[in-house]
Amino acid sequence: MSIATVFEVVLATVVLGFGFWTTAVRKTYSAAVGFVAYGLLVALIWVRLDAVDVALTEAAISGGLGGVLLLGAAARLRDSETTAAEAPGNLTRACAAVLSVLIAAALAGAVWLLPEHAPTLAPRIVANAWATSLANPVTNVLMAFRAMDTMLEKVVLLLAIIGVWSLAPDTAWGGRPGPCHRADPNGVLAFLARLLPPVGIVVGIYVFWTGADHPGGAFQGGAILASMWLLAIMAGLADTPATSRRWLRCILIAGPGLFLAVGLGGLWFGSAFLAYPAAYAKPLILGIEVAMILTIAATLGLLLAGAPERSVK
Amino acid sequence: MSLARDMMTIAAVSAGAFFFLAGTVGLLRFPDTLTRLHALTKADNLGLGLVVLGLLPQAGSLRDGFKLIGIWLLTLLAGATVSQLIARTAREGETAK
Repeated sequence: MSIATVFEVVLATVVLGFGFWTTAVRKTYSAAVGFVAYGLLVALIWVRLDAVDVALTEAAISGGLGGVLLLGAAARLRDSETTAAEAPGNLTRACAAVLSVLIAAALAGAVWLLPEHAPTLAPRIVANAWATSLANPVTNVLMAFRAMDTMLEKVVLLLAIIGVWSLAPDTAWGGRPGPCHRADPNGVLAFLARLLPPVGIVVGIYVFWTGADHPGGAFQGGAILASMWLLAIMAGLADTPATSRRWLRCILIAGPGLFLAVGLGGLWFGSAFLAYPAAYAKPLILGIEVAMILTIAATLGLLLAGAPERSVK
Repeated sequence: MSLARDMMTIAAVSAGAFFFLAGTVGLLRFPDTLTRLHALTKADNLGLGLVVLGLLPQAGSLRDGFKLIGIWLLTLLAGATVSQLIARTAREGETAK
């Protein structure tokens, strides 16, 4: 066995161990911490599988923003957790266990029965990369060959934010999301929130820009930008904007809106919906991605900030 | 030349791995939060620093080398901030008791 195989076996074992531990552990907080570590290790697995684009997304969403979301939920549940006596009964637990085992068995069976050479479109994607003059095949698929899926994903993000906002009480509708964070202005967190964002914003834009030819892209870059925004909010240096602000809503619809407009333009001037004219493919894709990174950063930040809680005053 | 580079990599990465091991042992064995943090910072700062130092001769280009150093500096910043925050929370918890 080579060192790489040993490393992969150890990695898979640790990930499975974390999976079990996260499910079995009693405290919500510990489960959230376990899930973050699990997400970061799964990102390493994606790197081993040469899927660096997926690894970046996994680390940013599951390890980073998802972790913040879960820790926030754990903090909110902490007060009710000690008083909640109605634990699920044995029958419920047994049913859940049986259902989970069945799903795991079905997934394992599906993986087992995969054909030796899975059907793949990868060679055709590489062969047609000239059409967009982007070298990263993942970006080519996301922005050109399967652009419809990406556009609909952005619409899903928009629907998600509407879902979160609709949890707001009537008095706070259109107000600022989340609690008001007050931190010591001379404290450590405020120091980090002043020092890190300049670096983080550059890294976020770099990850976005390099996505044309290397692993990266608007989603990963947007997640980094969102985390910088959230850091400033949590340190009390910035406040969440009131959700009734027009500029905020414009940013939220900029990505899917521009995507849709370009798609309809393709129908009008070109051959099909979302067909880019070959000469303008790269500038068009870049333009859509610029709008998308703003939308993604704002949406992810607001999803984590939560429902509007403070009315506009 | 290549042999010298590989020797440096092996030496520095092994030293880094030792600090990670020592830091983990400290995390598991030390009695309270502050001493455990002390053990962890050794793993983060020195351990990762030595691993990065060991990987520098293997970096393909100057740009990759700077990226590695950048990762180490960012980890230093994050580690220092988080350990300060944890230590302060632990202190406050102690005085409140």
